Amino acid sequence: MSREGSSGGDGTQALRDPAARRRLIGLLAGLAICWPMLQLAEFNPLALLGPGSLQVIANFLGGFLPPATQPDFLALLARATLETLAMATAGTALAFVIGAPLALVATRALSRSRIGPGPGRWRAAALRRAARTVSMVLRAVPEIVWALIFVRALGLGPAAAVLALAITYGGMLGKVYAEVLESTDTRPARALLESGSGRIAALCYGLLPNCARELSSYTVYRWECAVRASVVMGFVGAGGLGQLMDQSMKMLNGGEASSILLVFLALVLCADALSNALRRLLE
Amino acid sequence: MSAVLHPALPAAQPRCLRCWAVVALLLLATLASFGYLAIDYRALASAESLRLMGRFIAEFFPPDLSPAFLAKAGWGALQTLAVSALGSLLAAAAGALLALPASGRSGAAARLACRFVLNLLRSVPELVWAALMVLAVGIGPFAGALALALHTTGVLGRLFAESLENAPREPEQALLQGGATAPAAFGYGSLPLVLPQWLAYTLYRWEMNIRMAAVLGFVGGGGLGQMLYFHMSIFQQQQAMTVLIAMFVLVAGVDAASAALRRTLDTAHA
Repeated sequence: MSREGSSGGDGTQALRDPAARRRLIGLLAGLAICWPMLQLAEFNPLALLGPGSLQVIANFLGGFLPPATQPDFLALLARATLETLAMATAGTALAFVIGAPLALVATRALSRSRIGPGPGRWRAAALRRAARTVSMVLRAVPEIVWALIFVRALGLGPAAAVLALAITYGGMLGKVYAEVLESTDTRPARALLESGSGRIAALCYGLLPNCARELSSYTVYRWECAVRASVVMGFVGAGGLGQLMDQSMKMLNGGEASSILLVFLALVLCADALSNALRRLLE
Repeated sequence: MSAVLHPALPAAQPRCLRCWAVVALLLLATLASFGYLAIDYRALASAESLRLMGRFIAEFFPPDLSPAFLAKAGWGALQTLAVSALGSLLAAAAGALLALPASGRSGAAARLACRFVLNLLRSVPELVWAALMVLAVGIGPFAGALALALHTTGVLGRLFAESLENAPREPEQALLQGGATAPAAFGYGSLPLVLPQWLAYTLYRWEMNIRMAAVLGFVGGGGLGQMLYFHMSIFQQQQAMTVLIAMFVLVAGVDAASAALRRTLDTAHA
């Protein structure tokens, strides 16, 4: 960061842009960092505009219209949508069961041992670190890998997908819940803890009034991600929209694919509406 | 939630009835989902499946730590890192461009149209974008980066537009009325207010994209995912384990780096 305003002094001072130098330096530094990255990612926008690829994309997207509306396909689509919704809901519910206790242990906002010096301070810190590490391990391995592991034990089907979602998203919920609890005003909870209330009571009366909205909208967002992740789960034969999508794409059936994508759009809009409604309810 | 009510505090009775109704509905939906899927959870804990899972996991050990393969995995990790960073960067640029009309700066019609485009970009899953991009630019990391960028544009554009709408308008208005051009008024009146939050959102999405970049390799997006898919499909579990470890290190590193950077940005959690 350079300090601006040290130079100048001629008549053009009034027109000098006070932030220009800093922004220019930032831009140049960014470009210098980006250059090897572009090489590694084989950045080549011209490939997108080549005559062959444009033709392929145009043909494929042309097949998207009109969306497939045959009755038997729609019946299949409805069943797949229900399956996906059930998997996402069950996975998110299990993730909540894993993530909420992890966050409760990991968050510094509800620590009694941090109030003052006393026995057990180091033990509590170690416990918090352990909970953070567990949630990191859970979320660092992508859900598809967990799904592949569970498929070996449980066979093809929704069980592997639900467990994989629960584990990965449980780790994410645990981390994000803990961060949200720490980023709000923690003084009410601390006051409660200092006057001898339990941790759960301090959570309910000190922290939740401030951050219930953020917590609930993040949870709904995770549910939305779980709906989209069903595409990933199509790989392990979990059924649902993912498998249907896989079949349609492999057969290059654009009409069916666009119908499925429209369902995704509708589900995402539903998740938005749900998130807004929950926020209003908790207002 | 209000078991103990202090007399000085307003009672929240009428709202809580609705709260409990919503909680009951959510519980019902969850139970219905478990019922619909009819998963046999006893099978998970049965000795047979535990043995199968244990044997499968045992095949992954010991990981292949030969220098040649480690170098390969390191290269894959770098590629995944580049794909995720490039995807997030392109998305941040495109999201910022779309966020301007989406925040209602050029009329209600443009706002609605841009919001629809953003929702469309967001609701198509990354894997589907990746499949399309592989058709467009061929198998390789660039397809993965484009797929991430398209999906993330939808997410970031919406978040950017929301923070623009929440930021106060007065500084920009003052500059405009003082005779500044529209880009200058935006750059010096509004951008400084929202930039920290935009950066925090972008870093946060980068964290998620590094994980997704690993998955995109499964459909030909390059990097660690492609290696993992390759080695798992020819049953080289020990090599796959090395790739998994590399993935783990990468995700943990990016998580820590982004969290540290976000903490210095002095904004509330994204």
